[in-house]
Amino acid sequence: MSRYILRVENLTMDFGGVRAIDNLTFKVPKGSTYGLIGPNGAGKTTVFNIITGNLKPTKGKVYLEDEDITGIKPNKAVYKGIARTFQNIRLFKSMSVLDNILIGFDRAAKYTYFEAIFRLPRFFKYEKEIRQKAYELMEIFGIREFAKYNATALSYGNQRKVEIARALATNPKLLLLDEPAAGMNPKETDELADIIFKIKKDFNLSILLIEHDMKFVNKMCDLVTVLDYGEKIFEGKPSEAIRDPKVIAAYLGDFTHA
Amino acid sequence: MKKVIYLILTLAYLAFVYYAKDMFDAYTLSILSNIGIFAILALSYNLINGTTGQFSLEPNGFVAIGAYITALLLIPAETKLDMFALTDPAPIVLKMHADFLPALLIGGVAAAFVALLLSFPVFRVRGDYLAIVTLGFGFIIRILAINNPEYTNGAMGLNDIPSYADFTWIGTIALITFVTMLHIVYSKFGRGMKAIRDDEDAAIAMGLNTFKLKTFAFMTSAFFEGVGGGLLASFLTTITPDQFSFLLTFQLLIIIVLGGLGSMSGTLVATILVMGGMEWLRFLDEDMVIFGIHTGAHPGMRMVVFSILLILMMLFARRGLFGDKELPEIIEELKEKFKKSSK
Amino acid sequence: MDMQIFLQQLINGASLGSMYALIAIGYTMVYGVLRLINFAHGDIMMVGAFLTYFGMESGLSFELAALLGIIGAAIVGILTDRIAYRPLRDAPKISLLITAIGISFFLENLFTVLFGATPKAFKAPEYITKVFHIGEIYLPISVIIIPTITLIILAIVLYILYKTKYGMAIRALAFDIKTVKLMGIDADKIIMIVFMIGSALAAIGGIFYAISYPSIDPLMGVIVGLKAFAAAVLGGIGSVTGAVIGGFILGFTEILVVALFPELGGYKDAFAFFFLILVLLFKPTGIMGQDLERGRF
Repeated sequence: MSRYILRVENLTMDFGGVRAIDNLTFKVPKGSTYGLIGPNGAGKTTVFNIITGNLKPTKGKVYLEDEDITGIKPNKAVYKGIARTFQNIRLFKSMSVLDNILIGFDRAAKYTYFEAIFRLPRFFKYEKEIRQKAYELMEIFGIREFAKYNATALSYGNQRKVEIARALATNPKLLLLDEPAAGMNPKETDELADIIFKIKKDFNLSILLIEHDMKFVNKMCDLVTVLDYGEKIFEGKPSEAIRDPKVIAAYLGDFTHA
Repeated sequence: MKKVIYLILTLAYLAFVYYAKDMFDAYTLSILSNIGIFAILALSYNLINGTTGQFSLEPNGFVAIGAYITALLLIPAETKLDMFALTDPAPIVLKMHADFLPALLIGGVAAAFVALLLSFPVFRVRGDYLAIVTLGFGFIIRILAINNPEYTNGAMGLNDIPSYADFTWIGTIALITFVTMLHIVYSKFGRGMKAIRDDEDAAIAMGLNTFKLKTFAFMTSAFFEGVGGGLLASFLTTITPDQFSFLLTFQLLIIIVLGGLGSMSGTLVATILVMGGMEWLRFLDEDMVIFGIHTGAHPGMRMVVFSILLILMMLFARRGLFGDKELPEIIEELKEKFKKSSK
Repeated sequence: MDMQIFLQQLINGASLGSMYALIAIGYTMVYGVLRLINFAHGDIMMVGAFLTYFGMESGLSFELAALLGIIGAAIVGILTDRIAYRPLRDAPKISLLITAIGISFFLENLFTVLFGATPKAFKAPEYITKVFHIGEIYLPISVIIIPTITLIILAIVLYILYKTKYGMAIRALAFDIKTVKLMGIDADKIIMIVFMIGSALAAIGGIFYAISYPSIDPLMGVIVGLKAFAAAVLGGIGSVTGAVIGGFILGFTEILVVALFPELGGYKDAFAFFFLILVLLFKPTGIMGQDLERGRF
């Protein structure tokens, strides 16, 4: 068994002549929280989309544990144990918080279409089971009281929590979080960090996250890879990253452009 | 408590359906039957269009399949020999025969099978190809019916279809359709279908097999439209290819938009309103006298009014009567609002 | 089949294909900028043909009447977008599709109410319908005029798309509507131009149809519209050149299959549908198209 949950090797991605990712390699150790950071447009979300199979890389491989999952179908990636959240929260907007999370339990509810139509015993058994689990998740995230609310009626911070809970419901080994702290105030950010620590332990997870907030990264991540224009410019501990001249230059460039 | 209410309502409805024969005259019964058939068609249409959000224009095609197959299964062989005017019926047409319920089911299964075949080209690719493929399919069915007289008696259609479909049959099957749709909507399959409607990429990212879910919704719609078609054939006792024109689909579209895309109870209410409205607006197509001037008959006037109505609804009242909620949820919401305002 | 008949059929196919091509351009352009199957597009073609017919009935010359038909159809196309589609730009996609069907059904029934459902004979001037012959092949002049005009129009449209400011904006819009808005381009104005061009071309297609058949009725746009859409998908939805290629392929196929297998004549209108299914199954991006619908995050 590999000691890495995820290995990305020599990944290259071209978009019509533009190189978004250039020969990127990194390894996420099992049980770690790994940060993928870098200025805007560095190609971080593209890396996520390749890992989850939404994009096929021009070159390179992605391994989950020891299995080659390069170019896997996005829904199959979930079966393999990869779950994700989105940079711009994407909840199912016509559905309640509970139903959003129940979508994550889709595979856990092992009843067939006919069992649902004829309301056979297995339907009730599994529906009861996943509802119970969904309430447990909402309890952990402190959003139980909103179960019946329409998901988009919640505050931004709480919507983030619903999205993470929904991803957790798919029972992942590896959780990909795309800017989980974006748009949150410092108090919400701290709260979120505590929850992520807790679920990581409780659910035996490895986490790969994209983040801008360096304080958050410093607090959360064991290791980071810093990307700039699709290239790796640093790999190591976050505390060292913020002292690295190349990283500082890349970020300063970002600030001055902004 | 809720369960008791639903049980009482169901029993009351069934009692109504079974004793209606004795309570109403033939005209009222025929209107009720018409509403029942349209309810079956609209409910199933709403599953693919409303709940799953995949715009399709199929009902006329699937209704035609169900109607023709059921009719051919019901009509006795000797009647077929007399009826087929353009050419002798094909041997299989003479041989096929079934009782009413199996005939309906076979019609439904045939429609569902065609839906399965169509789902491969349309659901594997992104885009709204379902709409255009189903629209085209509606025309193809008509072309097939006209060009294969040994199976369909061509443009002359089929008549003397045994009349089994009374309001008892229609009303019961309408109830079964309604309950089936609700059972689908309130299950992981219904949740998945709604998730596709809301955000297909996110649904895939949660591990849903969206091709399978769309195909299930489409096949289920087709099955009940096929059964509804069979009922329609036996209820009307004659069918011709022209009956299954786009007009039928358009009426159903109006119904589900008015009721609220994704709301099954809304669809039921809208069916009654639209069918009533169609009857009531019949005068529009006829000769009118305005200030002593005869306007002349204007077939199609009603449809002008209904298409304007549809466009206005989409522009100004997109949610229809019930939005994507069911009646109990709406009552619940109203109660909440009432509580808040009385505080 | 001898060579002469074959040639004759080939020329007929080019004429029929031109008609599909002209209508397909409108479908493909609107799809490109709005990702909308404009169900009303076939009916716009019908409007163009009817206005031409009534222009001639009320004493205009064919040329003036045709101009009236083209301008009228362009106005109806622009109004459709302005009234029915523009307010729904941010609405769920299905609302837009339903509205499009509503417009289509409205136009068909309005023209039925106004002018009756019975087909009307369309009398094109003699210089278009006159039959000439090369050796054993007898042809009306129209089958030469129609493809020629179509190719000239295609050249003009391609020039507009690739050499003018508006054309650049149309292509940018097809790529990404949000970015275009950020770049300060008035997206609504560009979309209006697309509807104007598309509808005018559909009207020309409608007039060609009326000359070739030669009769018109309020439902004439339904089947032709469907076929033209299939042609656009075959060529690669979003691509103007593809739409023209798709239109010609469909035109040739219909004519040649019926010529070779007369027993399939009754299914002539179904070929386009089978094309559509085959393309979606085996090459959804069509001959010239790119993948416009890949999931993006």
